[in-house]
Amino acid sequence: MISAELTTRRVPAMVRALWAAPTRRATGNALAALLVAAMGIALLGGLVVITGAAIYSLVDWPVGGWANAMLYLAVVLAAPVLSLWVVQGLAALQRARLHATLGLELPADGRAARRKPWPVGAWRAAATWRQFGYHLLAVLIGGAGGGLVVACWLAPVAAIGYLAAGHTAAVSGAAAVLAAAALLLAAPWLARLVARADEAAARALLGPSRSEALALRVESLARSRADILTATDAERRRIERDLHDGTQQRLVSLAMNLGMARTRLTDAPQAALQAIADAHDEALLALSELRDFIRGLHPAVLNDRGLAAALSGLAARAPLPVRLDVDIPRPAAASIEAVAYFIVSEALTNVAKHAQATRAEVTVVRDGDLLRIEVTDDGRGGAVLAHRDGTGLAGLAQRAAAVDGTLAIDSPPGGPTVIAVELPCES
Amino acid sequence: MRIVIAEDSVLLRDGLTRMLTGAGYEVAAAVPDAEELLRSVAEHKPDLAVIDVRMPPTHTDEGIRAALVIRRQYPDVALLVLSQYVEESYATDLLSAATSSVGYLLKDRVAHVTDFLDAVRRVAAGGTALDPEVVAQLLVRRRDDPIDRLTPRELHVLRLMAEGRSNNGIVEELKVSPSAVEKYVTNIFLKLDLPPTGTDHRRVLAVLKYLGT
Repeated sequence: MISAELTTRRVPAMVRALWAAPTRRATGNALAALLVAAMGIALLGGLVVITGAAIYSLVDWPVGGWANAMLYLAVVLAAPVLSLWVVQGLAALQRARLHATLGLELPADGRAARRKPWPVGAWRAAATWRQFGYHLLAVLIGGAGGGLVVACWLAPVAAIGYLAAGHTAAVSGAAAVLAAAALLLAAPWLARLVARADEAAARALLGPSRSEALALRVESLARSRADILTATDAERRRIERDLHDGTQQRLVSLAMNLGMARTRLTDAPQAALQAIADAHDEALLALSELRDFIRGLHPAVLNDRGLAAALSGLAARAPLPVRLDVDIPRPAAASIEAVAYFIVSEALTNVAKHAQATRAEVTVVRDGDLLRIEVTDDGRGGAVLAHRDGTGLAGLAQRAAAVDGTLAIDSPPGGPTVIAVELPCES
Repeated sequence: MRIVIAEDSVLLRDGLTRMLTGAGYEVAAAVPDAEELLRSVAEHKPDLAVIDVRMPPTHTDEGIRAALVIRRQYPDVALLVLSQYVEESYATDLLSAATSSVGYLLKDRVAHVTDFLDAVRRVAAGGTALDPEVVAQLLVRRRDDPIDRLTPRELHVLRLMAEGRSNNGIVEELKVSPSAVEKYVTNIFLKLDLPPTGTDHRRVLAVLKYLGT
């Protein structure tokens, strides 16, 4: 009973597989693989035959004298270049096929093809040889496998042809029909097997190797990190603008009204006057805190007037005398200038808090593609990067590292302390 | 006294108008951009123009440029410029075109009503009103600066002078004797190679001129 049920369910499943979507896809893939493999065999095989013949003729002195010898030599010399093109072109074609038939995404890594000196560099790249290996395997998978799939699908046609040709004896006719049915039912399974083998070979040989995949990953991470920094920067600017246009104006207006009330309502009761005065003072305090906050977020002056102007404001607000020397003939990228600004800002805060310095010096110089920042103080020294007492120097190093910059600290006990930062100015 | 206001934020424009009217001044016009400012200055010939630096269309330095035009065409109009932040080049532009009847304050200062009205009076009377932050920034030291020669105390006095304080104002602020202040001032001019002159006002101008170059 149970086995009967299984059988009735299994047979239709096997039949249904004949037109199921995965079968159609796998069959299409096998067909395409067969075609491309045939092309590969023709191209690579042709090249091998022609080059082999040329070499053989050269060794076995050519008939027809010098003119033919030069031709053979040209063929031999052109072979490495032509075969490289064929290997790379076929690889691209196979990738496109796998994408079209199996939806396989294989990132093509163009670096192997561009490796200097061309074409020796390209031939020395492992990626090229892996592609070559795939083309050899394709003879087996696409050529033989694809051929078998096509043969299975065509089995009924062959059987009909066999019957039509007059082989109608009961035994041989029945054998032909049974064999054709068996092959037909095997076709979906075989097509999927070829597709799986194809996919595995392609992933192993056409896709990036482990080190290439890592290199691609590093590239994409670097790109996305830069994108995040830019986006964060833009977001800070937006918040700064919004706060400035909205909250700050409103707060100024409020404080102004309270200030007017404070100066004008002199005949009000003492308690009311006191309340107004307190409110005015609070509003002024809130205003100054908001201003500091907005500055810390992204100073508008940095946007409008650039790094030099922003640093000059920073030096003016520092609680100790700061000597400033800025030489930036060409501005760096906006995000780099922002990082430079915040590094100087935090370094000066740090000096004021911890260094017991009487003065500081800030130098910012553009040197080719580098922005060199130096913050020097005459304090007690002894600053180290990995402090746990919240000196903030580790934070500075992080800011620099986020844009691939470096930070070095020289701070002998007794001072002076020099913080040297280098930022790449890529824009 | 007749005043023209140029400020693009409606909130602040109305606030300033009310504050100045309340203080007994006549606000002849309150406009949102530099173009209208120049028109209303031509029309009303005010005693003072209160000008926001950042105004449409570019929101950068329209106010400063308008102020410079006004100073050239109508030298009798006193100028009080309000800025979101201190920009040295704005301050030096303004001060090199005008060493009297000129002020440069951070915008927030309008909330300190008494101080602000004080600055308005001072500027309208031909004096100067510079924000302490402006002065601090003008005094940021560059290479080989004679200001290095000043003691911290003298530097402090110079800052107060540059803000437009009188001798008496400095005496009050520092809680020292008038003769001590006199001595500081003399020393400052000596160290900065400036000939001492008569009035408080001219001293300030000399200091500013020195800083502006």
